[in-house]
Amino acid sequence: MNMGVLLRLALLLLLVAFLANPQAFEPLFAPFAANGAAAIYTQSSLLSLTVSHLSMVAAATIAATVVSVGLAILVTRPSGREFLPLSRSVANIGQTFPPVAVLALAVPVFGFGPIPTLIALFLYGLLPIFENALTGLASIPPSVQEAARGVGMTDTQRLLRVELPLALPIILTGIRLTAVISLSTATIGSTVAAKTLGEVIIAGLISNNTAFVLQGGLLVALLALFIHEGFGLLEGALTRRTRSVQPA
Amino acid sequence: MTGAGPAETMSAQADDTRVKRRSGLDRLGAILAAIAAAGLAFQPFSLFRANRIVAAKPVGILSALPPLEAWLLVAVVVAACAVLLLRTPPALRLVVSALTLAVLAVAVGRSGMFLTPSSNTYARVAPGGAFWIVAFAFSIALADASVRLKMSPLARLALLAFTGGALWMLLWSGAWDSLSILREYTNRADVFWREARVHLLLAIGSLAGAAVVGIPLGILCFRVQPIRATLLNSLNILQTIPSMALFGLLIAPLAWVAAHVPGASAVGIAGIGIAPAFVALFAYSLLPMVSNTVAGLESVPPQVRDAARGMGMTARQRFFEVDMPLAFPVILTGIRIVLVQNLGLAVLAGLIGGGGFGTFVFQGISQTATDLVLLGALPTVALAFAAAIVLDALVEIANPTPNRSAAA
Repeated sequence: MNMGVLLRLALLLLLVAFLANPQAFEPLFAPFAANGAAAIYTQSSLLSLTVSHLSMVAAATIAATVVSVGLAILVTRPSGREFLPLSRSVANIGQTFPPVAVLALAVPVFGFGPIPTLIALFLYGLLPIFENALTGLASIPPSVQEAARGVGMTDTQRLLRVELPLALPIILTGIRLTAVISLSTATIGSTVAAKTLGEVIIAGLISNNTAFVLQGGLLVALLALFIHEGFGLLEGALTRRTRSVQPA
Repeated sequence: MTGAGPAETMSAQADDTRVKRRSGLDRLGAILAAIAAAGLAFQPFSLFRANRIVAAKPVGILSALPPLEAWLLVAVVVAACAVLLLRTPPALRLVVSALTLAVLAVAVGRSGMFLTPSSNTYARVAPGGAFWIVAFAFSIALADASVRLKMSPLARLALLAFTGGALWMLLWSGAWDSLSILREYTNRADVFWREARVHLLLAIGSLAGAAVVGIPLGILCFRVQPIRATLLNSLNILQTIPSMALFGLLIAPLAWVAAHVPGASAVGIAGIGIAPAFVALFAYSLLPMVSNTVAGLESVPPQVRDAARGMGMTARQRFFEVDMPLAFPVILTGIRIVLVQNLGLAVLAGLIGGGGFGTFVFQGISQTATDLVLLGALPTVALAFAAAIVLDALVEIANPTPNRSAAA
């Protein structure tokens, strides 16, 4: 376990060092560059691309979380319950839409730039969070609900102090899934001129320069890894907290 | 839950009907009718372009069709909205929604013919916002009606086959020939079918490869605990590499293999083209295949295994007659996930010259030709959608009833 922590710390340091000073890693990527081409992408700074990539993913994920958790709350209330079966099947159908196709279909409507990417990331991010929020809210034991009602909590109190806290770990799993998928999907956004790390990969594909593909791909993979781990830690902490509350 | 007294003892279903009886209006229907009406009133029904890349000129419904047909279409949509608005039986809603969609589909083709000046091969007519919004509203109504009808898997397959047939009829009859997306299609009909074959080969071929490798790997993981964590973790890490990068990263090693391994280039292995796309899709398919096989085998109750052992079944019999049949629905779910995912990801093959519908999508994006993008994107969406419906139905058919495993 300690080895794993050390390895992760080392990787994180490596990532930070690479973003701070990409040129220092030039010898590492040079063997992959084709016939003396540049080994490090310099068209835009890798740091600014990373920042813009991450902020796009964050914005889309936050928006998707607000909307889908809101919807999940709505369809699990008595007044919205008739929409539950439909929303389930729409979420299921929606997940079959390929992210690339969503992106391609958004371009004609919204033009080139970051907006189609944001929309595709938002739409594609809705479904995993919605599904998980539904599961989380629906899997609360009836006895717990009953107890909350028994101590005289109002509907709002029950939602905010019982249902949402108990469902939070599962909702977080959904957010984690969305964030990791979005991170990878955002690279495709560069085909429609969004500023993401995909720009580096595409530049590599076009000029046949594996060094670019490698650094773009590795950066995104490392970011995905750390986001995955970060959410994992958060979920673990939350689950421990809920467990320690439950026996009481 | 909101009521008091005897209502509290009622089942959830009774609770549901009580909510429905509260008013004469269907709430979802009201929302959908409002969306459809607003779309029809405020959005253009068709988009007219003087040629394929200039900006589109919006055309409202009343000028997009001959007056009689335009009013007829409005009347049909309004009548259908009324059916959705009132509490009507689900079967009626299903039929009305399907008919409205059919009328809409015919109307958009008619609009293409009406707006295209005769003998003008440059002008393009495409469906506008009103078409997409009304189509969206009635598709949701259709989905809602089929959910309420609790259709059996076979009925859903029949509905899908019927929809496919209707679409084929529309395309075959030439009703849509004047629409811009079909103009793009006619210009490259043979390329289209070649790319369609490549797309299917990529998606289904890599799935078959992943099943052949992944299911035995899953069985191995299930039996040998130490392998499980290592293998699943490495496959998990593989999934974090963005698909575009993985496609690109495979170019160099495959080019090396093609150049150095005798006979490799003869069987089609090359640095660019279909080979890296195939390998990348295969790699992404492994995780769902392996993890679902493990999950499926884990879902077999230990009592069932004990009973099989008690009956004197050999290890081989237990595996093929107990474990595999019971794990099959979960493995099939893995196949569903992989197929839908691959049909979508295969679009990226277009970026590295691997063919498939992505060729049209990325060509269209670089030429800012919307119709070309649609020519690639719509068949992809339709394929993924149909695959999901078919495999969901198969999973449901294969799934034992909840009590069967306990009773076995």
